Amino acid sequence: MGRGDDHILLGLIDIRKVFSRRTIDEVTALDGINLDVYEQDFVTIIGSNGAGKSTLLNVIAGIYPPERGGKVCVADQDITNMPEYKHAAYAGRVYQNPSEGTAAKLTIEENMAMALLRGQSRGLRAAINKRRRELFRSALSPLGLGLEDRLSAYAATLSGGQRQSLALVMATISKPAILLLDEHIATLDPRTAETVLELTDMIVKRERMTTIMVTHNMDIALRYGNRLIMMHQGKILVNMGEEEKKKLTIADLVAAFERAAGEEFKDDSIMLSQR
Amino acid sequence: MIQSILLSSISEGLLFGFVTIGVYITFRVLAFPDLTVDGSFVTGGSVAAVMIATGHNPFLATVAALIAGLIAGTITAALNTAFRINALLSGILMMVGLYSVNLRVMHGANIPLIRSITIFESVAHFCSIRRSSVLIIYTLVVLAAMFFLALNWFLRTEVGLALRASGDNEQMVRGLGSDTNKNVVLGCAISNGLVALAGSLVAQSQGFCDVNMGIGMIVMGLAAVIIGEGVLHPRGIAKILFACFVGTFLYRLFITIALRLGLAPGDLKLITATLVVIVLAVPYVKKRLRGEWVPPAARM
Ligand SMILES: Nc1ncnc2c1ncn2[C@@H]1O[C@H](COP(=O)(O)OP(=O)(O)OP(=O)(O)O)[C@@H](O)[C@H]1O
Ligand SMILES: [Mg+2]
Repeated sequence: MGRGDDHILLGLIDIRKVFSRRTIDEVTALDGINLDVYEQDFVTIIGSNGAGKSTLLNVIAGIYPPERGGKVCVADQDITNMPEYKHAAYAGRVYQNPSEGTAAKLTIEENMAMALLRGQSRGLRAAINKRRRELFRSALSPLGLGLEDRLSAYAATLSGGQRQSLALVMATISKPAILLLDEHIATLDPRTAETVLELTDMIVKRERMTTIMVTHNMDIALRYGNRLIMMHQGKILVNMGEEEKKKLTIADLVAAFERAAGEEFKDDSIMLSQR
Repeated sequence: MIQSILLSSISEGLLFGFVTIGVYITFRVLAFPDLTVDGSFVTGGSVAAVMIATGHNPFLATVAALIAGLIAGTITAALNTAFRINALLSGILMMVGLYSVNLRVMHGANIPLIRSITIFESVAHFCSIRRSSVLIIYTLVVLAAMFFLALNWFLRTEVGLALRASGDNEQMVRGLGSDTNKNVVLGCAISNGLVALAGSLVAQSQGFCDVNMGIGMIVMGLAAVIIGEGVLHPRGIAKILFACFVGTFLYRLFITIALRLGLAPGDLKLITATLVVIVLAVPYVKKRLRGEWVPPAARM
């Protein structure tokens, strides 16, 4: 199914997540998710507000564990109950808001140095040296934003698009097994969003990264990636593979949703964001 | 007269500069408002004083004071990270608890060090000269330079960088695979280690340790951080560390001058408070007078 060999890289088994259990605010954010992601898959996830997309990514990133019985496996290793900082070795992440993925009061090169050591033990060596600086420059220059010449600028001084591009490079520079993108272009203006999206695609292809990208935009979900998942009320309603996805149109998607959910498709936010 | 004011301000700037750096590390670097300081300062003083009074090597006593501070900071951070107790409360609990600990350590409220061999007597003896305020300053300069270099190096290492990043964007740091709890513990430990070191040096230079000598340390540290930043606008670790010493020196200078002008020691707290208000308010008022827009007040 994947573009590479047919190894399951990420396995999600019966993932459930209930918030505020036994209160009147109880929400079942994830309701029995089973998903196999193969090496080099690029999965796009769409779904209405509150469908559970972010919760799913949070579980994969280890921010909180799923309910008992659920399992998160990466490359056949069970990482379900590892603390969040250990999950980082497996998954890089770009958040919705540029300020979440970068540290404002650190310089670009300090941010990069933090990212470079993902999943490695940090020691008493200098965090930044000549060799690493070269590495940062060569990682940043393909962005075409000139960040490679501003290594000692504070992240706070960058624009949203620049900061999000930096976050993208930071999420991928140490080549974690999985790249998680949670509406990472949602806060950017349309032109910048398009640029960052192109950069994402370029980096994912170049590094052959296994990627999960949440988006609110059906058009983007159709244009990018080799698989498409639609979530609704904590469940995966539609799970399309490579062949199906190739010929897919927005109308097909709406029809597939209605068939699966047994209700009319009425998510304005998704319909509105098609071009 | 001016010379004596300057000398005493320089020596106090160096002594209390360690407190300021400690406060800087918790409040500014870690964004962890740690109030342990008022307690750990005396802990350092009392551990060193007891050891020195019982005839131990003063350098060993000073190192022991530093270690006591490291432990106090570790406990404060552990209260916060392991038991999720609010940072402010963790510090307050430790500050209060340490007060009793300090009384126990000293078997009383006060230990005189008049006839004991402190590091200053040791250095004087080694150089075959008499203890003097200039000698104390030289000794403190050497100590300050050592810690300045050590911190300037450490905060640039991989571990130091992760520590700095933890106070800036905790979520990101965990997302990049660094245990922010560990970083907070390390930072609080170093901070209180420095504060306790200052306490031990102050006790040795003034010739006694008193259980109440830590009162107001946190306010002094904050004031000095703010003055240092306000005057030097430091950028980069070395300059920030330097600004901590400069801020402390200026703070002590103001206080000394105020006292010489005839204000009573009891007025010092009001002077400190006024000083901080002025340093904080001046940039705002300046901006407003220039017609610049200023963001709404921050609450944390
Ligand atoms: N930390 C939390 N505490 C309580 N409830 C939560 C929490 N996080 C998410 N929820 C609830 O879980 C459900 C799923 O939320 P989630 O953020 O995963 O949705 P989403 O698909 O990402 O939506 P959106 O498109 O709006 O980002 C929602 O009903 C939300 O209110
Ligand atoms: Mg979301």
